[in-house]
Amino acid sequence: MKRQSRFVFSMLVFGYAFLYVPLLSVVVYSFNDSNLATIWGGFSTRWYGELLKNDQVISALLLSLKIAISAATLATLFGTMAGIALSRFGRFRGRNLFTGMITSPMVMPEVITGLSLLLLFVTLQQLTGWPTQRGYATITIAHTTFAMAYVAVIVQSRLAAMDQSLEEAAMDLGGHPFRVMLDITLPLILPAMVAGWLLAFTLSLDDLVIASFVSGPGGSTLPMLIFSKVKLGVTPDINALATLIMLFVSAGVLVAWTIGRRMQRP
Amino acid sequence: MSAVTSRRGDIWQRFAVAIPYLWLLIFFLAPFAIILKISVADPIMAQPPFTPAFSDAGGLQISADNYVFLLTDKLYAITYLKSVLMALSATALCLLLGFPIAYGIARAESGTRNILLLLIVLPFWISFLLRVYAWMGLLNNYGVINNLLMWLGITEQPIPMMYTDFAIYIGLVYSYLPFMILPLYATLERMNLDLVEAAQDLGATSSRAFWDITWPLARPGVIAGSLLVFIPATGEYVIPYLLGGPESLLIGRVLFDEFFVNRDWPLAAAVAIVLVVLVVIPIVLLQRYQAKAAEQTA
Repeated sequence: MKRQSRFVFSMLVFGYAFLYVPLLSVVVYSFNDSNLATIWGGFSTRWYGELLKNDQVISALLLSLKIAISAATLATLFGTMAGIALSRFGRFRGRNLFTGMITSPMVMPEVITGLSLLLLFVTLQQLTGWPTQRGYATITIAHTTFAMAYVAVIVQSRLAAMDQSLEEAAMDLGGHPFRVMLDITLPLILPAMVAGWLLAFTLSLDDLVIASFVSGPGGSTLPMLIFSKVKLGVTPDINALATLIMLFVSAGVLVAWTIGRRMQRP
Repeated sequence: MSAVTSRRGDIWQRFAVAIPYLWLLIFFLAPFAIILKISVADPIMAQPPFTPAFSDAGGLQISADNYVFLLTDKLYAITYLKSVLMALSATALCLLLGFPIAYGIARAESGTRNILLLLIVLPFWISFLLRVYAWMGLLNNYGVINNLLMWLGITEQPIPMMYTDFAIYIGLVYSYLPFMILPLYATLERMNLDLVEAAQDLGATSSRAFWDITWPLARPGVIAGSLLVFIPATGEYVIPYLLGGPESLLIGRVLFDEFFVNRDWPLAAAVAIVLVVLVVIPIVLLQRYQAKAAEQTA
């Protein structure tokens, strides 16, 4: 392989610096002793201590995790069904509408998804009395709806790359389609389902705009809490929180990456 | 597909289609019908704050007032135009920056390539909000960049960067760059780089080789990456809110404020519908057309 040209090499250096310098500056300033976030006042870990004592942060984090786990699980369930339907069932009635509805949430601006779901919940409440209050349930439904699209696409592309002869052979040998699905298809698409779950989990944990629309008083997720603080400017405790989040995410991604590479090797 | 769609599987198959189908009908399609309905209502002081589609007497009461207002009000026209233009410029900047990076990654040795890719994906998994927040600390009047510039003696006074369009561009490019790089990388990696070398061996200049070979082959990645950046950038709310000034009216923010601050639900709904008609639908159609064209040439 030829060496990189000087232009490409300097763009790589610049690009990666651009991506990582801002994150590093947050990490550095999270150890700043000063109350003013931008003036260096010596090394300290006191903001981490204060973070752990902050009940608001802890309860928002727990709500976010609860929503992300529920939404990712539902999205994986529905998204896998949709992915299998799209790649294995051939033509069925309403397939075009189905394809459109699966892919649309991915290209829809967040403000529109959020607004439309809130208006649905308000209308439902008028008609049926449910939901009596907006929070965990409504945010979970909203996140499931847009995350299942991503799961469906991942599962579908995995199935498209996969040979159908195993499934066909099993059915020719008299296997019931449902059993074939459980015994053959599902184990083969398990990695795609895990990847989809992780993506859905992250998307849910990350979402601010949609959650802001469909949440009610008291139902504050972690991004909503961070946003309400960040609006007023840079604060040292958010730096500490951001550092912790980056640490956990990086560790998680590294572990997933290493496992993924192990599995690829024969 | 003969064996897979055998008769015995019918019930299970219907079940597997029906559940996600129903879910999407209720939580994706129905909300759109409702937005459409509310966008032709009038705002009133009530809970919820809009007029019902049918009056108590049973007559239909809808109006196109919101749409007429949106299409004739100068401020809204400017806001839509500015949102689209900013998203377009941000997409172009992402492409300019992302193309050489994707190219460099695709050409790296496979060990280095995996690490470079991981480093592109990693920020994507870290909270979007926190990545925008990181720039607040850098761009501030007394932030890292201005402190550095003043310490170096390049400037006496801090250069105002925060709460400007410049800051919005930084935020957009920074947040959406990975979305541009990944599809570009995917097409460039599949491309046969020997073609470029062959062209150069035959005497083509490197710019000629780039425009005649690399660029046409990379076009599917360019289109995919541009759509992934342009669409969310058009409706972006967080970046203009946190990094932009109070006068940086972008459509995502206007919709949000119209709804939450002014509590004009019907107007917010109309803003959403116009955004879908103007931006989302043309793009989806374009994408479908591109996919069909690609299938035919393949």
